[in-house]
Amino acid sequence: MKILVPVKRVPDPTQKARIKDGHIDVTGASWIVNTFDEYAVETALRLVENGAENARIPGSEIVVVSLGPDEAAKEIRTCLAMGADRAIHVVCNDNEIDSLTVVKVLQAIIAAEKPDLVIMGKQAVDGDANQVGQMLAAKLGWPQATFAASIELGADQTSLTVGREVDGGVEYKKVPLHSVITVDLRIVGPRAVKNGVTPASHNYSGEGARLPSLKGIMAAKKKPMTQAKLADYGAASAPVIQEQSVTLPPPRAGGQIVADIPTLVKKLADEAKVL
Amino acid sequence: MGSVLALCEFTGDKLRTSALSNLAFARLAAEAHGGDVVALLIGTGATAAGSEAARYAPKVVVVDDPALAHYLAETYAPIVAQVARDVGATLFSATATSTGKDLAPRVAALLDAGMASDVAKLEGKDTFVRPILAGNAYSTVKIGTPIIVVTPRQSEFEAAAALPAPGTVTTAAAGPINALGAEFLRVDAQKSDRPELSDAKVVVSGGRGMKNGENFKVLEQLADLLGAAMGASRAATDAGMVPADWQVGQTGKIVAPNLYFAIAISGAIQHLAGMKGSKTIVAINKNKDEPIFQVADYGVVAEWEKAVPELIAEIQKLKATR
Repeated sequence: MKILVPVKRVPDPTQKARIKDGHIDVTGASWIVNTFDEYAVETALRLVENGAENARIPGSEIVVVSLGPDEAAKEIRTCLAMGADRAIHVVCNDNEIDSLTVVKVLQAIIAAEKPDLVIMGKQAVDGDANQVGQMLAAKLGWPQATFAASIELGADQTSLTVGREVDGGVEYKKVPLHSVITVDLRIVGPRAVKNGVTPASHNYSGEGARLPSLKGIMAAKKKPMTQAKLADYGAASAPVIQEQSVTLPPPRAGGQIVADIPTLVKKLADEAKVL
Repeated sequence: MGSVLALCEFTGDKLRTSALSNLAFARLAAEAHGGDVVALLIGTGATAAGSEAARYAPKVVVVDDPALAHYLAETYAPIVAQVARDVGATLFSATATSTGKDLAPRVAALLDAGMASDVAKLEGKDTFVRPILAGNAYSTVKIGTPIIVVTPRQSEFEAAAALPAPGTVTTAAAGPINALGAEFLRVDAQKSDRPELSDAKVVVSGGRGMKNGENFKVLEQLADLLGAAMGASRAATDAGMVPADWQVGQTGKIVAPNLYFAIAISGAIQHLAGMKGSKTIVAINKNKDEPIFQVADYGVVAEWEKAVPELIAEIQKLKATR
């Protein structure tokens, strides 16, 4: 099984948002692999491992792709250190691209790489757009399974049953290989990914994506990372979605601490008039 | 002078409340685009709900086919794209429900349309305001494609009111239906008599401090007393205390009820992103330094074990006097 995992580097979301010249100021920001994309790398690894000391099913390959500036090489290496095999880095600035450009580039890479499956995060935690996976599936003419909370690879190894988090429950959808899967938070639960090879008794930690081991970090330094440009895939830096400005929401007016429950109920009834 | 095509989700012969929010957004967009709102209903039995949609939209297109019994992005997206071309739409909108979020980007790609997700406000025919960074900032985006796709947030657009005279309903053929090998298997629904989290007027949420699922029973009592929906923080859903679809937050549901109770919730940024649009926020937490008190209109520093039963008793007393 060959899996392609598109990833994005994002500013660490625990940092306080600041504005400079009408846009988010990322000067001096620290960067991370988008959390959902990190989960996608973890998901891909669980699909191709056999459970024995994280050993691989023979013939499997995980290719990480990222569009971003030179500095993004650091986050791409993190994915290689987790266990991905090689990477393609399309070097560009974040303001040169929008979701349609990213889709165009990924489509060209997929045509050349011919993966069996594309797995990615459901959204990036900076732009929160949740578009690329679905758009890519449409352009490829592939089926999609978004917001995956569980994945089970069929015994025939040619189809997957995906548990999708939808409003009001979990939808189970079957998709064949050559599909795009976008993952949600719970995909990294201890038994959320089943590949039919790893013994059912094998428990992943359930603490999110794995941290790169020292051995993994050393190995990542020698793993191949190809550099490319937008033009290599027939894409131009002409985004049709343009950010005009960014503002911070006004802080909520400070509330009040009330002494006890009877006072609270009185205030909710008389002052806020919500009871 | 393009029309605005608005997807309307329905259950049986009734529009969902999310559809009415989308129609409200579509009216604003249609004004900016100088065209009509065209409501679109797709699915087996869409014809019945189509007549309800006509109360809110001057034009309704219904695609009713036995092969469309279950929603699949693969089969629905080409239909939306075809209808959008047929009616000369310059904007397609679908509420940012789990269906809208799954479907709309796929439609956008088929139409080579730029898309604005989770829109909170319309600033012009091609300019939209949307939250980014988990709601910690708002971005104004301008989209330069001839047709635009938008998913408006249900919590930001009040349900559309009925028109003085109903619109006209036309039917369209589904065309060739090809699921590309995808198959709907089943939905494991969370059965509940409570209102849906996304459109409840009152929400009662519990967090990590509730310790286990059994303890949520007392919050459910409070919710049922108020006709409220149940919610939870990610800490509580991740710990398996309550179902995952109760989660309120950046990665869960975005809610904006009149009254929101945050009980034993610390108030991580992730959670605040999902509820800080609520009109009145009440926080009950034993630790006075928790960030939830920064956003709460009313805070009570107390242990939930004592405070919640007391709250239930006081509300019952209040109700008895009315």
